[in-house]
Amino acid sequence: MAAVLGTGARAEETEQEKQDVQEKETVTPERAEEAKLKAKYPNLGQKPGGSDFLMKRLQKGQKYFDSGDYNMAKAKMKNKQLPSAGPDKNLVTGDHIPTPQDLPQRKSSLVTSKLAG
Amino acid sequence: SLAGFGNLMQDVLWCFSQVKGTIDIGVTEADIISTVEFNHTGELLATGDKGGRVVIFQREQESKNQPHRRGEYNVYSTFQSHEPEFDYLKSLEIEEKINKIRWLPQQNAAYFLLSTNDKTVKLWKVSERDKRPEGYNLKDEDGRLRDPSMITTLRVPVLRPMDLMVEATPRRVFANAHTYHINSISVNSDYETYMSADDLRINLWNFEITNQSFNIVDIKPANMEELTEVITAAEFHPHHCNTFVYSSSKGTIRLCDMRTSALCDRHAKFFEEPEDPSNRSFFSEIISSISDVKFSHSGRYIMTRDYLTVKVWDLNMENRPIETYQVHDYLRSKLCSLYENDCIFDKFECVWNGSDSVIMTGSYNNFFRMFDRNTKRDVTLEASRENSKPRAILKPRKVCVGGKRRKDEISVDSLDFSKKILHTAWHPSENIIAVAATNNLYIFQDKVN
Repeated sequence: MAAVLGTGARAEETEQEKQDVQEKETVTPERAEEAKLKAKYPNLGQKPGGSDFLMKRLQKGQKYFDSGDYNMAKAKMKNKQLPSAGPDKNLVTGDHIPTPQDLPQRKSSLVTSKLAG
Repeated sequence: SLAGFGNLMQDVLWCFSQVKGTIDIGVTEADIISTVEFNHTGELLATGDKGGRVVIFQREQESKNQPHRRGEYNVYSTFQSHEPEFDYLKSLEIEEKINKIRWLPQQNAAYFLLSTNDKTVKLWKVSERDKRPEGYNLKDEDGRLRDPSMITTLRVPVLRPMDLMVEATPRRVFANAHTYHINSISVNSDYETYMSADDLRINLWNFEITNQSFNIVDIKPANMEELTEVITAAEFHPHHCNTFVYSSSKGTIRLCDMRTSALCDRHAKFFEEPEDPSNRSFFSEIISSISDVKFSHSGRYIMTRDYLTVKVWDLNMENRPIETYQVHDYLRSKLCSLYENDCIFDKFECVWNGSDSVIMTGSYNNFFRMFDRNTKRDVTLEASRENSKPRAILKPRKVCVGGKRRKDEISVDSLDFSKKILHTAWHPSENIIAVAATNNLYIFQDKVN
């Protein structure tokens, strides 16, 4: 904050103190929540609410499968079980190679809606 | 005055009327209601769910014998609209969830509606059959063919009454036109065309033609790394068939005029509220993303819903909304946990009443909010089985933000964020509302004297 001409240094100091106190008292709830989030996840993306979310939104439903990986993993682990999907079968991560047994059944709901019951 | 009781909005007292669906301890995902829509007369009420099913309710004729019961809604037709699919070429799983249902105005005895999932729009015809032909010559009543050599006389088949049967048939399937996920469909006031909008593009269709559509908006950047916003909702103007609006994830609304060019990438109007830079945070853009946009019935205003507010804009003023209503501002100090549990991405819808004087939107804990634009009064109501005695008046609810909690208030930390009211509908001319609470559909009406 620029010092008004003619104002003594003492007055300027007081102004600055006041501003500091004000800033500490009036941190918006949003900023406080942001600080909480950044404390939990220090590596959170630099772009606020940016294209990471958008890309995730656009890729909804995308499944990944590499037949090369799949067949090599099968060959390597001839006698062992392939690592199977965790509780969330829709999420494929790490060493998990999707197998036909893992895929959620693509059934259609032939059951009538309960709203019509 | 009714202190602390009664919802004093133009003297409307809301009462429980009906609830559809079952009380389950665990909700089956397929039963979650994903869209609710009255038709243009309010005679029919359609719901779509995550399982791809549509259920249509019809209002019963009011009976002179029971003047206290205004017409109830009972099941009229139900059908499987969409099935789960897998696009092998793109390795993409396509949900059967019905994102939107939109009715066409009635032009003959049959009813028509559009239903859409993420990729495919379908036109359904719902029609009644209450007569059937009897007395064929070449087949008997079971449909088995008769031996022609045994037929000695001829008769004329006649139409005989039968039990009412309501059939739903898919008349058109509009497929393969969307690379991204469809969020909106809107029937044009010309009744000949409609639009479908996905994250990056909007297409215009003619109801008669399924193998072609016109792309009218394309915001896909040449380089996807430059993507900064997506289309979140779109709607045609209720009277001007050349005009439509679409909203974005950055909190802006664009109004386009199809007469200016074939591709409406340049807007005719751009609605955006200036942001206070001192308020900017990590959450700002996420909570400003518009989840729904609706024209008023008059066509003079648009209403938008973002995470914490509902705004009303005058079409003639682009630089700020004319009204802003706080839906649940107390959530501002919960944004960190709402981000962690993904609730901050919940897409709430909003609706106008028939006269554009009251607006309604949902919240958490099965609460929903109404704002009277004239009196500036607002009310919070709850859709719950506890208030489901016939004609029971709904008691206003209040969330306690801090300090001492009164007896019938609920504190922010006690709110159930899994009970979200995302979809509601308001009868076109009467005070009858439909509120979807996860897998249950509540119907409320104003008190009949």
